[in-house]
Amino acid sequence: MTANITCGLEIHQQIDTKKLFCECPAIMQEKEPEYTVTRRLRAVVGETGEIDIAAAQEAMKGKNYFYECNDENVCMIDLDEEPPRNMREETLNVAIQVGKLFKAQFVDEVQVMRKTVVNGSNTTGFQRTALVAMNGHIDTSSGKISIPTILLEEDSARTIKEEDRHTVYRLDRLGIPLLEISTGPDIHTPLQCAQVAEQIGKLLRSCKVKRGLGTIRQDVNVSIIGGTRVEIKGAQDLALLPKLVELEALRQEKLLEIKKELEKRGVKGVMTQIQDLTATLSSSKSTIISGALKSTGVIKGIRVQGCKGILGWEIQPKRRLGTELSDRAKIAAGVKGIFHSDELPNYEITQAEVDLVARKLECGPQDAFVIVAATPEKCEKALCAAIQRLNDATKGVPKEVRTAKEDGTTTFIRMMPGAARLYPETDVLPIRLMKKRIDAVAIPELLDHRIIRYEKLGLGKDLAELAANSEHALLFETFVNKFAGLKAAYIAEILLTAEKTIRRQFNVEISPTATDFETLFAALSEERISKESVLDILKEKKPVKDVLGKYALLSDRELELAVKKIVSENKGMAANALFGKAMGQLRGKASGQKIVEMVRKFSA
Amino acid sequence: MKPGDTVKLITSEGTFEGTLLPRPALLSSDITVLKLTTGYNIGIETKKIKKSTVLLEYEMPIPVRTKISYNPELPTVAILSTGGTIASRIDYRTGGVYADYSAEDFVAMCPELSMIANIKAVKVMSIMSEDAVASDWQAMAQNVIDALKNSDGVVITHGTDTMHFTASALSFLLENLNKPVIITGSQRSIDRGSSDAFMNLTCAVKAAASWDGACVAICMHGTISDEHCTLLRGTKVRKMHTSRRDAFRAINDQPLARVYTDGQIEITNPDYPKRREGKITLRKIENAVALVQIHPDLDPGIIDYHVKQKVKGLVLNATAFGHVPINREKTLGPSLKKAIAAGITIVVCSQTVYGRVNPYVYTNLRKLSMDIGAIYLSDMLSETAFTKLMVALTYKNTKEFMESNIAGEFTSRELEREFLQ
Repeated sequence: MTANITCGLEIHQQIDTKKLFCECPAIMQEKEPEYTVTRRLRAVVGETGEIDIAAAQEAMKGKNYFYECNDENVCMIDLDEEPPRNMREETLNVAIQVGKLFKAQFVDEVQVMRKTVVNGSNTTGFQRTALVAMNGHIDTSSGKISIPTILLEEDSARTIKEEDRHTVYRLDRLGIPLLEISTGPDIHTPLQCAQVAEQIGKLLRSCKVKRGLGTIRQDVNVSIIGGTRVEIKGAQDLALLPKLVELEALRQEKLLEIKKELEKRGVKGVMTQIQDLTATLSSSKSTIISGALKSTGVIKGIRVQGCKGILGWEIQPKRRLGTELSDRAKIAAGVKGIFHSDELPNYEITQAEVDLVARKLECGPQDAFVIVAATPEKCEKALCAAIQRLNDATKGVPKEVRTAKEDGTTTFIRMMPGAARLYPETDVLPIRLMKKRIDAVAIPELLDHRIIRYEKLGLGKDLAELAANSEHALLFETFVNKFAGLKAAYIAEILLTAEKTIRRQFNVEISPTATDFETLFAALSEERISKESVLDILKEKKPVKDVLGKYALLSDRELELAVKKIVSENKGMAANALFGKAMGQLRGKASGQKIVEMVRKFSA
Repeated sequence: MKPGDTVKLITSEGTFEGTLLPRPALLSSDITVLKLTTGYNIGIETKKIKKSTVLLEYEMPIPVRTKISYNPELPTVAILSTGGTIASRIDYRTGGVYADYSAEDFVAMCPELSMIANIKAVKVMSIMSEDAVASDWQAMAQNVIDALKNSDGVVITHGTDTMHFTASALSFLLENLNKPVIITGSQRSIDRGSSDAFMNLTCAVKAAASWDGACVAICMHGTISDEHCTLLRGTKVRKMHTSRRDAFRAINDQPLARVYTDGQIEITNPDYPKRREGKITLRKIENAVALVQIHPDLDPGIIDYHVKQKVKGLVLNATAFGHVPINREKTLGPSLKKAIAAGITIVVCSQTVYGRVNPYVYTNLRKLSMDIGAIYLSDMLSETAFTKLMVALTYKNTKEFMESNIAGEFTSRELEREFLQ
């Protein structure tokens, strides 16, 4: 394993309140969109007079962005048709809680910034973000990890579909409050990376944060000695983190080896012209080549001097330097990929064709080449991107933002943005954080403490952990206090596992509301229904109040009549069979014990 | 230590390095704003700062101006900039946005303009449009006449607040207009990638370059999507929303055309004057006009005040058909009669925005029109009536000018789809 790894984490956690700068509820919208708005974005000059590279790169693509909207959770602020409201105080209080948990130092005044984002994931073209606290830390099993910054920001829109010429986003996620907790570069092993992320996540779950898939996301920054800080986005699964770190360290190590090799060969960069190879390959049998030529395509290529063997150099499992060229070309030009000489002959391109191309590009024995088939404009863009990546290779590891794939390898998304991306959000007021205000925010009960407290209420260890971690924790406590006649463990079990049980046993998806649970527990504690009916009631998939009647317990008199009827209809039946019959017909209408007693009494 | 300097601040709580920013004048001054190297701004209580060192003094960057080259194949469009959001950038003094961009800057930020037309740029003024005065309209009109001598059309970049006042004022000031005068602006500042400025400007230049109309029109987003802009007749248009991109709407009229980003112009209402040869003349303007909002429990003294101020014209933004309080104790009747007697022209429009005033339906209306002598202006917008009256007062027969259809400000038929479109 590679030594001298340095990692830092960025944990993004959604807060469980309304959206940060408007009054919309923060919900994931699964209904069909009611309307769609189309926009285009541009690279603009920032506060310092510079256009950010990452922003310019995105804007160059000339894409359309489609925003899917539903009235339920999208307003004119989400659509950038109305200025934002001031930052939600309730949400800021959660950020203050978190700051306290990490023993951070609060800024005296919170200044909301606009962070330029031109991939369309924000309708405005920027993300609103604010630095709330600095210089915190967390004590972990492997030592103290610094938390240099705690940011409160708005989440971006959710990608629904990404196409060559447009991207479809849904605006449900846009504006949901998001905490960004960054650690210092204090993590040095892949395993430690996962442990720290887990511990931070646990601390965050002591506060009013959202739970479930997509509500917490980890980005990891990795560098090795001599390498560069590379940001890897989108690790939703903690288990993947160690592998991501390990493979990125490997990638950087290999890129440094390539740099050394290029130095040895005296290669300083790509200095050749892009050439048209359409005529050279016009009779190729390759499906990709002939397919591209059939539509308005051409083939273009470049000679890469002194790089034979370099493009095929493996830098991660099944990924070569050539793959990185290809990634850049895909992003810059929307092409399917590129071919390089280290992987040819292949893809139905023959050795003879390879030789033809090499001759046309005047390649020497130590040279390599890169070719691409697409429209002339796309070819130029793709090859320029490939040249840029090759030039970066002579310098070592480029500063990039990459995205994690399931196997732990990563692909390029964009160049690392610079500081030019941040300028003040002038539509909202800064918020003064007086000592009085900070003191007034109570530190929440830590998750570990909550688990112990739940165990004392009579919950088993697993159930206590489940309840403490759950977004229903508050609801659970409310019910425990309100329905003293019911056992806490029983309330937790129904609240937290009934949904899963019903799915497993009956293959029925239910989503009861808090009111449904409250009605249910009230009826139970007033003995209007029996515990035996609970799953059946929930399984109906209707508001609980509407189906309670159907499961109401029989009065003693009604039960007596019912039992008498069963007994008289089944004269001569063996006692056990009679019990079974009665239980079958009267289950949920009276307690089991009572039914047995009555059957015994009337069949005697 | 001055704004822009890179500084090190030692406070009672720690050491901070970054760029010192100016504090907006309207916010409390006991906070020092620092831009950290991460790009984030934070506020530090000034009294906590124990020591400050300047690490690097700030030097103003010199902006590079792009030269605009000439293409004989293309029409020529003059962009007259007057200020507003479309020309604004962030002001660190107030924390708000201020007007700064000149026309050359537009070409630099929107290079595709040079593919539509040869751009000539004139900075006429730099004001936020809420600060506009009548003489500004006259200055703009004179600049339009000058610019049209050597161009195929004019684009005026303008603040959106009072854009429709300017559009109607220019419609009346420019007599015998022979080419299009397109006014545009933006509802989102141009520091953001999502600004509507880029599309509005591109479509406006396209319209000025090749639309066949010869009138003043506003060109802004037609919907909240970046799909097309609409050309709206300068005398029949109003800002109908504070912040939406598609805030400008045709009132008692239909949009004249749609302009698409690919340059296509689709005519939606062909009833407008066409390009022609001829000489434009500049009408005069008289700014002694007041616009009075009629409302319940209005103090009639407001009319007396304007008479005392020696206004020459009054626009009553009356209720519905053109009513004003006239039957009870707080009647405007005597004050209005006095005003007429003082030689003041009184015109009546409706605050319902949509529809037409009518001087006959109710007795009250007959009193105001026949007895008092107020001029009822049919379906003319009160803002349009306001600028028209300013021009009309420079004519001997003000009433005749007010009642003639000068620039499409009256329509004779109202169509079903025109309401709340």
